[in-house]
Amino acid sequence: MMNKIFKKASVLAAVMTVAALMLSGTRTVQAEEIRIGFLAPLTGIFAQIGKDMRNGFQMYLDEQNGNLAGAQIKFIVEDGQGKPPVNVRKAQKLIRQDNVHMFIGGLLASTGYALAPVSTRSKVLYIASIPAADDLTQRQKQKFPYVVRTGWNSSQSTHPFGNWACDQGYKRIVTVGADYAFGHEVIGGFQKAFENCGGKIVQKLWPKLGTQDFGPFLPLIKKDADAVFTLMVGPMSLAFPKQYKAAGMKAPLLGGGTSADEFALPFMGDEAIGYVTALQYSAAIDTPKNMEFVKNYRSKYGKVPSYYSESNYTTVQFIHEVLKKTDGKWPGLEEFVKIVGTIQLDTVRGPVSLDDDMNPVQNIYIRQVTKKKNFGYPDEELWNNVVKTYPGVSQYWNFGKETFLKQPVYSRSYPPCDHCE
Amino acid sequence: MALKDRKKILTVMIVMALVGLFTPFANDFIRLLITQTLVLGILALSVDLLLGFTGLASLGQAAYLGMGAYLTAILVDRFQFGLGCDLSLILLMGIAIGAAGAAFFGLFAIRATGVYFLIITLALGMVVWGLANRWNSLTGGDNGINVMMRPNCGVDFSNDINFFLLVYIFFCLSLTAMYVLVNSPFGRTLVGIRESETRMRMLGYNTWLHKYLAFVIAGGFGGLAGVFWTHLNGIVSPEDVLLPISVDALLMVVLGGAGTLVGGPIGAAVVVFIREYLSTLVEWWQYILGGVYVLTILFLPDGLMGLMALVKTWRTDRSEKEGAEASSGQVR
Repeated sequence: MMNKIFKKASVLAAVMTVAALMLSGTRTVQAEEIRIGFLAPLTGIFAQIGKDMRNGFQMYLDEQNGNLAGAQIKFIVEDGQGKPPVNVRKAQKLIRQDNVHMFIGGLLASTGYALAPVSTRSKVLYIASIPAADDLTQRQKQKFPYVVRTGWNSSQSTHPFGNWACDQGYKRIVTVGADYAFGHEVIGGFQKAFENCGGKIVQKLWPKLGTQDFGPFLPLIKKDADAVFTLMVGPMSLAFPKQYKAAGMKAPLLGGGTSADEFALPFMGDEAIGYVTALQYSAAIDTPKNMEFVKNYRSKYGKVPSYYSESNYTTVQFIHEVLKKTDGKWPGLEEFVKIVGTIQLDTVRGPVSLDDDMNPVQNIYIRQVTKKKNFGYPDEELWNNVVKTYPGVSQYWNFGKETFLKQPVYSRSYPPCDHCE
Repeated sequence: MALKDRKKILTVMIVMALVGLFTPFANDFIRLLITQTLVLGILALSVDLLLGFTGLASLGQAAYLGMGAYLTAILVDRFQFGLGCDLSLILLMGIAIGAAGAAFFGLFAIRATGVYFLIITLALGMVVWGLANRWNSLTGGDNGINVMMRPNCGVDFSNDINFFLLVYIFFCLSLTAMYVLVNSPFGRTLVGIRESETRMRMLGYNTWLHKYLAFVIAGGFGGLAGVFWTHLNGIVSPEDVLLPISVDALLMVVLGGAGTLVGGPIGAAVVVFIREYLSTLVEWWQYILGGVYVLTILFLPDGLMGLMALVKTWRTDRSEKEGAEASSGQVR
């Protein structure tokens, strides 16, 4: 009998504790909820990149327990499958169903061009954390007042890289790049800067996006070129250097940032050693902030962060900074864009601020793939060793905004290949 | 007209009336999905005309959707044409370009039947994709073309409700037109060709011409769907004319039931809701979609529309069996 009463009492106590907890719980959820939609390819050939993107974002949120300056963040991820129309439909879902304050992400440049009009039409903030399509923040900027870019634009890193290539004494370079907007812009930027300082692009090859067999292209590459400049994306990055070396080609490899990004690097072999690429991030940047980031990320997700992870991590940092200034309240669309434009951030990749067209001004790192022990990890691994840093690079490099915007956007046919043989 | 037919028509009308009444009050996202269903429903109708009534399985129907969609986007993008009441012209031009494209492709495709027809339409569809993807100066290549706003002709179609009503009206018109078509002597001839082309030819019908006309008409409906497709999404990209869209259209018809007209739109509804709605809830939605396809083909060869017939026969079977058991019990 006593036993029964005791049991009842303990059940009652338990129920009351739970109720009390729930009540106190509801009291703390008084904070403003900010809904963030996130688009990343979670299926298809770019699925691994999509996971890197999401993980970077998630990691910052987890570090802050989902609370940015007092605002509760509701993080909603949708699978864009790496296809522009699917991304548009998912963005419409995020806007209409989830009523998000902003949507972030997308991977390919073409997706960026597809998502930006959605932000204008629906009057919702779009943060392009990865899509690097030049014109989002250049010639078409006035069409997209609610687009903010926290990543980079395609030609931003290859402008200084072109000068670096001149400094190395390269004269004649062949380019091999994925045949879509991003590839055209990255290679266009390199060509422009490289030919400005006296170099010559002697051949341009355009394999289709997603090409895995470069057999038809390798024999075409001119044997007397001083170097080969590549722009590979996703699985292409893995395939190219392997086949290049297997074909016995000797000219040094240069490339856009995605050609030897940390997304692919852990899966590459010694064939990648010496590959020089340019980007606003490298997992090997020798700063305490980056070391901490790399270590945390690696212990959490089991791999070195790529720029896809870092860029989204930094994106949350931007949002956090805005919310700090508004005490965790959503400031409204126009106001958010205004505030984010004034922010100077010390991020994992270095100091970052946004220019008038909402594109980051940041360090560009020239990185060489090196096999070494780094950050106290026991094994020799491939790292993107930073060989030169160009500080405070804007999307217009040293061309000047006015003159730069007079030329058309880089494309398959611009700059024209005047020195092609 | 048989009594049974009248009952069926009444059911379809009631369902469509309910859709028209319910959708304006639905949640924003659901409304968008219903609109998408209706657009793809028009495409599915065009596939059904070929597959269900003529016996031609086309794997290139996305090509005509693409023609209508690109025409709309290019005219808006280049000439700002089609953003006002000239939308009505665009709709006619969309139908015309789809029909013209089909009239050209039909010259090659209609010669073949069965698997060969499937392969030729697939190849022709890929030609259109190739043009969309590589003719950068016209189609924007891989980036496609963005259409920043929907037309405004007294009624502002950038309002989703108005746009839904526009698509809804055109869907109802398409369904009616298709119904009239397949029940006309022309339509009955198509069914005759489906059943036995040799016999129809022997009876003196020009079967090639009948099939060709059906192909052209289907192309026209595809083009119409394309016009709406562009304004629905605000973008047209080579992904929209790629093989998966053609396959989807074919599967929608198979899923709903070929040769039933309403089967296609029902299939479209199932596919759209699994792909666009369920996918936002669970990550393994593709298994569900695949499972639905496999189960339908294994157990419901006549599609979801066959389900009703199946239930009916099952019920009569059972009552007969019970009757038989009861009578046998009496004997015992």
